[in-house]
Amino acid sequence: MGEIITYFQYPFVRYALITGVLISLCTALLGVPLVLRRFSYIGDGLSHVAFGALAIASVLHLTNQMLLVLPVTILCAVLLLRTGQNTLIKGDAAIAMLSVSALALGYLLMHLFSVSSNISGDVCSTLFGSSSILTLDRTRVLLCTVLSLLVTIFFILYYNRIFTVTFDETFARATGVRAGLCNLLFAIVIAVVIVLAMNLVGSLLISALVIFPALSSMRLFHSFKSVTVSACLISVFCTVIGTLFSILCEAPVGASIVACDMIVFLICAGAAKAMRLGR
Amino acid sequence: MAQLVCKALSLGYEGRCVVNGLNFQVNQGDYICIAGENGSGKTTLMKTLLHLTPPLGGEIITDESFSLEEIGYLPQQRQPQSDFVASVYEIVLSGTIARLKNRAFYGKAEKQTALNSMERFGILDLRKKSFRSLSGGQQQRVLLARAYCAAGKMLLLDEPVSGLDPKFAAEMYDIIEGLHEDGMTILMISHDRKALDYADHVLHIGDTLFFGTTEEYLKSPLGKTFYAYGGE
Repeated sequence: MGEIITYFQYPFVRYALITGVLISLCTALLGVPLVLRRFSYIGDGLSHVAFGALAIASVLHLTNQMLLVLPVTILCAVLLLRTGQNTLIKGDAAIAMLSVSALALGYLLMHLFSVSSNISGDVCSTLFGSSSILTLDRTRVLLCTVLSLLVTIFFILYYNRIFTVTFDETFARATGVRAGLCNLLFAIVIAVVIVLAMNLVGSLLISALVIFPALSSMRLFHSFKSVTVSACLISVFCTVIGTLFSILCEAPVGASIVACDMIVFLICAGAAKAMRLGR
Repeated sequence: MAQLVCKALSLGYEGRCVVNGLNFQVNQGDYICIAGENGSGKTTLMKTLLHLTPPLGGEIITDESFSLEEIGYLPQQRQPQSDFVASVYEIVLSGTIARLKNRAFYGKAEKQTALNSMERFGILDLRKKSFRSLSGGQQQRVLLARAYCAAGKMLLLDEPVSGLDPKFAAEMYDIIEGLHEDGMTILMISHDRKALDYADHVLHIGDTLFFGTTEEYLKSPLGKTFYAYGGE
């Protein structure tokens, strides 16, 4: 315990925890509607797109890489979530295709126009999130805080519309909800959250942050509201425990958080089964 | 009094025309059964009436005293929806979403509407239950209660009894008949011969179009052949 308190005296540890908690809150919020709409894999797909865009940005020597990464990811999110219209390739196949091609393209570009001597190290850290969360500076923490707050406010204000559209888009449109606008905003917010989350766990593990809290709480709760609230709590809890574990044991942050999410999921699934048997 | 008049309406989707020159009129308190083979454009007709799909030709005239927001809609049940995590109350309440206008949250009036609707359909004691734990018949009632929340004057029902066993189907018809007796206009797509025991008008779409009273329909060659196999 004393060891943890000593660590908290370092600002980078506090920054890492604050950012981690905020990002995992956002991914949990969006995870519930995404899982219910069968878009569980979108986190993976979009984060690979972000990885590809990041590779292009570093090849082009852009000073502010976010200027390229964010718009590209948003564009892909909008295209993927556009439902009901005639898309060339549907849902899961589209995500899978986009995901692998962006990953391959990014890796290829990084190889062909290498900007640093340690490519595999760079790739590995983008994919798995390295320990970059422990090297965040004050401005990035601030940016992250503001964006997370905006995402949370968006979710709360649009909560009822998100629920109605997620449950039944045809009905929502028929009663006059502007489902198109709702989907568009939702796609933009997802893209922003995923680009943010890349800092924390890297692109390979974002899916875990999106789906695990939602799936865990769906084992235990049966209303949309309680699932959403408990997903947030579970997600924040796992991030805190995972981060502390990684600091104490010098383990990779992203992988520790995901391992923690996984354990909680297994516990929830077990508890749900036990409750059913007990009844 | 006519709530809706369709003149020379052409229906279709993705640029493909399925129905041409459709004329019919919906009066307040009518109970119209929409019949026709699979793929003949029945669901497209409903979507067109709801302004979800633009008509390819012709026009839909709505009465001044009647607005589109007074239509409640029960879509055809899709499979993925049945395992959705939501309580009955949340789903029924979402039927009132049109009244939010620019507000973000439901107020007392919306919550009361939802409670009244659940009471009317006998699902008040299920309100905290999860939607996915309900039987098919109960799920259908929840969706009907949601449609009723949105409906001021007219209900569009897309195959409300398909997939239900005869007992639940009969219950469903009774519930709908109750709404009709209260003055609600009903437009219902159904393959079920029993629906004609309740409906006062039939709109048949397909290669041959028909619009008239149920009696006329059953006497017509079209009605006789379509239900020759006793319906579904």
